[in-house]
Amino acid sequence: MVSPSVMRRRGSHLGASVLRPDGGPKAKGEFAFSSDMWMDGMLWGRTLRSPYPAALIKGIDVSPALAIPGVRAVISAQDVPGRKTFGLERADQPVFASDVVRYHGEPVAAVAADHPDTARRAAAAIRVDYEPLEPLVVAEAAINAPAIHPDGNVFRHIVIRTGDPTAVGDVVVEGTYEVGMQDQAFMGPESGLAVPSLDGGVDLYVATQWLHADRDQIAESLAMDPRMVRVSLAGVGGAFGGREDVSLQIHACLLALRSGRPVKMVYGRDESFFGHVHRHPAKMWYRHHANRDGELVNVEARIVLDGGAYLSSSNAVISNAVCFAAGPYRLANAKVEGWAARTNNPPCGAMRGFGAVQVCYGHEAQMDKLAAELGMDPVQFRLKNVLRRNDKMITGQVIKGTAPVEEVIRAAVSHPLPVPLDSSAEMMSLPGGAGMTADISDVRRGVGVAVGFKNLAYSEGYDDFTTARIRLDLSPQGEPVATVVIATAEVGQGFVTLASQIVRDLLGVDQVVLAPAGTEDIGSAGSSSASRQTWMSGGAIEHVCMMLRDSLLERAAGELDCPSSDLIMRDGEVSRESTAQRVSMTSLLAAGPLQAEHEFHHAKTQPLGVDGQGDAMLSLMFAAHRAVVDVDPDLGLVRVVQVTTGQDVGKALNPVQVTGQIEGGIAQGIGLAVMEEIVLDEGRVRNPSFTDYLIPTALDVPEVAATLIEEPEPGAPFGAKGVGEPPTISSGPAVAAAIRAATGLDVTRVPVRPQDLALRR
Amino acid sequence: MLREAVSSEAGAGAGAFEPVDPYSIILNGTERVVEGSWIGESLLYVLRERMGLPGSKNACEQGECGSCSVMLDGEVVCACCVLAVDAADSEVTTVEGLNASGLVDDIQSCFVEAGAVQCGFCTPGLVVAVHDLLGRRPDAGSLEVREALSGNLCRCTGYGRILEAVRLVQEKREDG
Repeated sequence: MVSPSVMRRRGSHLGASVLRPDGGPKAKGEFAFSSDMWMDGMLWGRTLRSPYPAALIKGIDVSPALAIPGVRAVISAQDVPGRKTFGLERADQPVFASDVVRYHGEPVAAVAADHPDTARRAAAAIRVDYEPLEPLVVAEAAINAPAIHPDGNVFRHIVIRTGDPTAVGDVVVEGTYEVGMQDQAFMGPESGLAVPSLDGGVDLYVATQWLHADRDQIAESLAMDPRMVRVSLAGVGGAFGGREDVSLQIHACLLALRSGRPVKMVYGRDESFFGHVHRHPAKMWYRHHANRDGELVNVEARIVLDGGAYLSSSNAVISNAVCFAAGPYRLANAKVEGWAARTNNPPCGAMRGFGAVQVCYGHEAQMDKLAAELGMDPVQFRLKNVLRRNDKMITGQVIKGTAPVEEVIRAAVSHPLPVPLDSSAEMMSLPGGAGMTADISDVRRGVGVAVGFKNLAYSEGYDDFTTARIRLDLSPQGEPVATVVIATAEVGQGFVTLASQIVRDLLGVDQVVLAPAGTEDIGSAGSSSASRQTWMSGGAIEHVCMMLRDSLLERAAGELDCPSSDLIMRDGEVSRESTAQRVSMTSLLAAGPLQAEHEFHHAKTQPLGVDGQGDAMLSLMFAAHRAVVDVDPDLGLVRVVQVTTGQDVGKALNPVQVTGQIEGGIAQGIGLAVMEEIVLDEGRVRNPSFTDYLIPTALDVPEVAATLIEEPEPGAPFGAKGVGEPPTISSGPAVAAAIRAATGLDVTRVPVRPQDLALRR
Repeated sequence: MLREAVSSEAGAGAGAFEPVDPYSIILNGTERVVEGSWIGESLLYVLRERMGLPGSKNACEQGECGSCSVMLDGEVVCACCVLAVDAADSEVTTVEGLNASGLVDDIQSCFVEAGAVQCGFCTPGLVVAVHDLLGRRPDAGSLEVREALSGNLCRCTGYGRILEAVRLVQEKREDG
């Protein structure tokens, strides 16, 4: 196959800030989100959830619910005909708790009724006889505590050893760090519509990140052939990892099959906090060694992630945490040990940055400590130690792709600093904002820098793939139309824009239609996670375009009676240079439509072997952030004034969309640094609402300036790396560093709360 | 929900909901009769589920996120926090009504142009909020815009492109 680069001559699409095709309907409120669906005769589903983080269930009496007029179905564990459990990596989580409850909010039963409030009251009327147990809520303690699940309390324990882990440097710094539990807090709550079909199967329209993984888990629990379960993507209101696991999918399908009616489920915000996994809280201990001249010598670390009650994707998250524990720095010697443990806290799993976020708080605080100990500038100290291409990570993997770590750092710090604080500053722009509480004479400014990195796509030998099919046909008006069939979940990231850009560029077809994403007509596209869809779904579409191009050239060769090697395709027509003959795509398609399909796999990766060594990663993405904060030390209030960044993107295929990912990702990073935490009290969630769980508003986010570092990644479709996750990795640690600089306090826990600053002065 | 689940009297004596008498809302300029509604239904529920107007979104149902912003007798309110019966005989304008008026076309096109739309769930509410703000304060400065939109949560964009979209609208309206 000819290198695709030959084909990219128009250049008017890839690399341009093409507008999203769904932007207009979304701005008008005409785009159908999963919660907007409606059907004649539709019922409303509702889940009953456990009020206890740990309890035995002695009995469930659903008869009071069934007695309520308007209630059409009530189901619990005994009504699950197939596998009673589900899970992304291993099915260890009950569809409904039957005898044991392991976290606050675990589903126990579900009802369907003809009005959402009838369903709510019916769920509340179900009598559950609980015997509360002492919850196991400390992850470190859980490792050696009696098992709270048949699979045990340790999801995964990994040790990475390289070089001489006993090596000692001239300078040694040590610290312990803690990261709280963050929520994805996507705006569109979990919702879906399940419709029983005439063939005895079920159709589910749902907001998700991975249609086929949902389908397979639903089918297992329904004891149904997967072909009888058709899952279609309904409009997704954000995801950020929180829709990778099953939430209401199985419940809604069971209720629909039981009642014989369409069932819509829409979580309220409170239920959404219980209905999906969260970012793992982390406790980390670090000891770093460096030479007097500022060269890193050794890193020792222990990392414990609280996985909560069920596995979800904890095994992959702890793998990332240990693999990236040292940060993007050269370290010849390392010993990093990590555990993901089971507790009676809410289950944790995927969230943007996935294990790399937590450890970045640790390694970056340590870099600043070392620089201070050595009397070096923290940026210069980092630059001295950064990973470069052909360097080895602590996993032994030699970085074969691009690694512009130095470039991202230099870009982040080269942006101008904001105007200095002065007495004329508007109160609204100071810490405390609309509260107007700041005393300007006491506000202190600080600047901090942090660097992070992460893998793109799935690692450790996982055979990751995306399937795509494109049909080229003529419209009734005789214009070429490309119809793309792919099950990629558009969750807001802009894949729909990119898919059209690729097809337009490679085939020269102006009319590109994306068929609705579903499981019925195409294989899996994998998950919209791990910054992987530009590479994976983009790569699948690229490959199919090249197959179609070959078919078009063959047809043209027949028409012009010449070998296809004499022909080139450009701007939607085939030409023969030697004779200046041309054939338009319209005439080539007059002979009938063309169709091609391909299952695209990325290059193989290896499992982590002995001592956590192996080429486990496909590609790495890097970013650096500089944060400027103002702190009111009396009240412990922080305002983030500015964040600047350099980000390694490979190639920006749509610069405005890349900027949107960077700004949005930074807002989530800042949120974890200073605002966002699911507060737990003995396993109980105390703040399941937007009143009590605060996410950044337009007044909380700072000015952002970004520089995109474009070094095409070898082997990546179009040279592009993913861009979604890096903004969320080191932006928060840069804010934490800036707070340390402003206050002189040893801030070791995020989110930084007012009492962490005000009460420690 | 969770508290109720442990309350022993929850659901006791629960019967069917009795609908309230029909009432009217002047919805996007047209009088619409609401029939068969329960008294506890929010304006948001009635708009979305009874009137067939799902443009106003359900993200928090607590008045924190602004996704359900509509105009009630000319004031921006969170439709989730207004009882629908309290809006009887009032004028309610939703994003669908604004679309028909043509008054927000430039706001919507600037949102798309600036990249202010990602998942889009917060966007209709923001369009209503920006329309209200620029109607009152066409020259609002950047800090004032941030404050005015701080009741509309967005989780995707980090607001950068949204603020840029508002600036674009202001620029175009000034030129226009």
